[in-house]
Amino acid sequence: MIENALPDDPTPKKLRTVPLDAWHRALGARMVEFAGYAMPVQYQGVLAEHLHCRAQATLFDVSHMGQATLTGAPAAAALERLVPGDLLGLKPGRQRYTLLTNEVGGILDDLMVANPGGEKLFLVVNASRKEIDFTHIAANLPSGVQFHEHDDRALLALQGPAAAAVISHISAEASQIPFMGMAAVTLAGIPCLVARSGYTGEDGFEISLPAESAQALAQRILDEPEVIPAGLGARDSLRLEAGLCLYGNDIDELTSPIEADLAWVIGRRRRNAWDFPGAAVIRDQLEHGAPRRRVGIRPDGRAPARALTEIVAGDGTEAGTVTSGGFSPTLSAPIAMGYVRKDLTADGTALHLMVRGKPLPARVVPLPFVPHRYAR
Amino acid sequence: MAKPPADVRYTREHEWIRLDGDIATVGITDHAQEQLGDVVFVELPEIGRDVAAEEACAVVESVKAASDLYAPLTGKVVETNQTIIDDPSIVNSDAEGEGWFFRIEIDDTDAFEALMDAAAYDEYVETLD
Repeated sequence: MIENALPDDPTPKKLRTVPLDAWHRALGARMVEFAGYAMPVQYQGVLAEHLHCRAQATLFDVSHMGQATLTGAPAAAALERLVPGDLLGLKPGRQRYTLLTNEVGGILDDLMVANPGGEKLFLVVNASRKEIDFTHIAANLPSGVQFHEHDDRALLALQGPAAAAVISHISAEASQIPFMGMAAVTLAGIPCLVARSGYTGEDGFEISLPAESAQALAQRILDEPEVIPAGLGARDSLRLEAGLCLYGNDIDELTSPIEADLAWVIGRRRRNAWDFPGAAVIRDQLEHGAPRRRVGIRPDGRAPARALTEIVAGDGTEAGTVTSGGFSPTLSAPIAMGYVRKDLTADGTALHLMVRGKPLPARVVPLPFVPHRYAR
Repeated sequence: MAKPPADVRYTREHEWIRLDGDIATVGITDHAQEQLGDVVFVELPEIGRDVAAEEACAVVESVKAASDLYAPLTGKVVETNQTIIDDPSIVNSDAEGEGWFFRIEIDDTDAFEALMDAAAYDEYVETLD
């Protein structure tokens, strides 16, 4: 058993390390490969870390993610040529979730774009996509915009209902940042860029800071009694409960924003101009419906249905595929997201999930599985 | 965790087998549960099923992944542990005791003797990592 859970490669690849690598190991983290990095998958255990994030607060190191700044007055107009979001309307101190789309209406990556002021845009992209994204962005900038990747910065995420109280002990100013806001704030003497956002469905903060100061701040936050460290295992189960997409699983270059149920990322002004990559395909799907759509799925029993599980309709015809699936610690039940045929997307639709050759009954449910608790 | 007494054998797939007469009780080792993490789902074989050694006959799922459990010896399934169906966390808290998976009536006790003893298994685990 458990070949997939045990190390069986006697010559592990040379992995990149995050600035907090030694700190994670000293805290007892189990390190695994993710997107070419050695990353903590868990410390005391995924279940405990997940439930602690829902109850109090957990600290994640997501320094493997890509960070970059675009500088120059035309930065927002330039980046708008690559995404469907309204970036010209992104005010200083505000952040927005958007997508890099391709010419066939697929998704190159999902990312956060913030306006920190001073004719700059600050970007955070997925670790697994950063080379592709940054090459694509840099190649499409006009001469008046400079691109700078911050491979010398770390990124910490403090998430949970106690996150604001915890951060207020370090900086009252940071605790006042509104949801999807961003500000340059000094935390424990360290100059940080702090955003009120996250990937868990909870209130929380994402903190970009110089790599050499990462350990000092991480330890300062961990010294607060409400906080424990959490790894990528809990990050994944938390985002799945929150109904948030994982690039490579739930969205990819062959999945459109309409299929992914992310039509809301298309800015109002952009819906008049339709001037972003893949706009023709995306517009057609928005107006006439996409052939398939991402939905939430609840299996009836206790058996989890993992990514790539085949979905079958009530009449036995092919219905689609699970793209993320696992066990929800909050609901103590299996949950999944997947793409189903457009005639099967209504809440309550009965489906079967083919798990180990057997059809398990399941039904379509609304997302998220666990309500968001953002500080709106 | 203290190892059970000497009538226990181990497989390279991280199962333990305790023999009482010709009845073998099978579970996963403490090392295995540690590697798996929080167990959230268990699927057990039907009673009466004939299983061949190394045949997949049970499933254990943690929050992270699903894994097969193989029959360590040839025989017939005579009992399964319903307690871990209702509370899979017992596989984590007492892997080599209350967290057993199933019992098989085995044909060949020599095959049992040929499996690793506790010392050999510990040595084997040392070579992993």
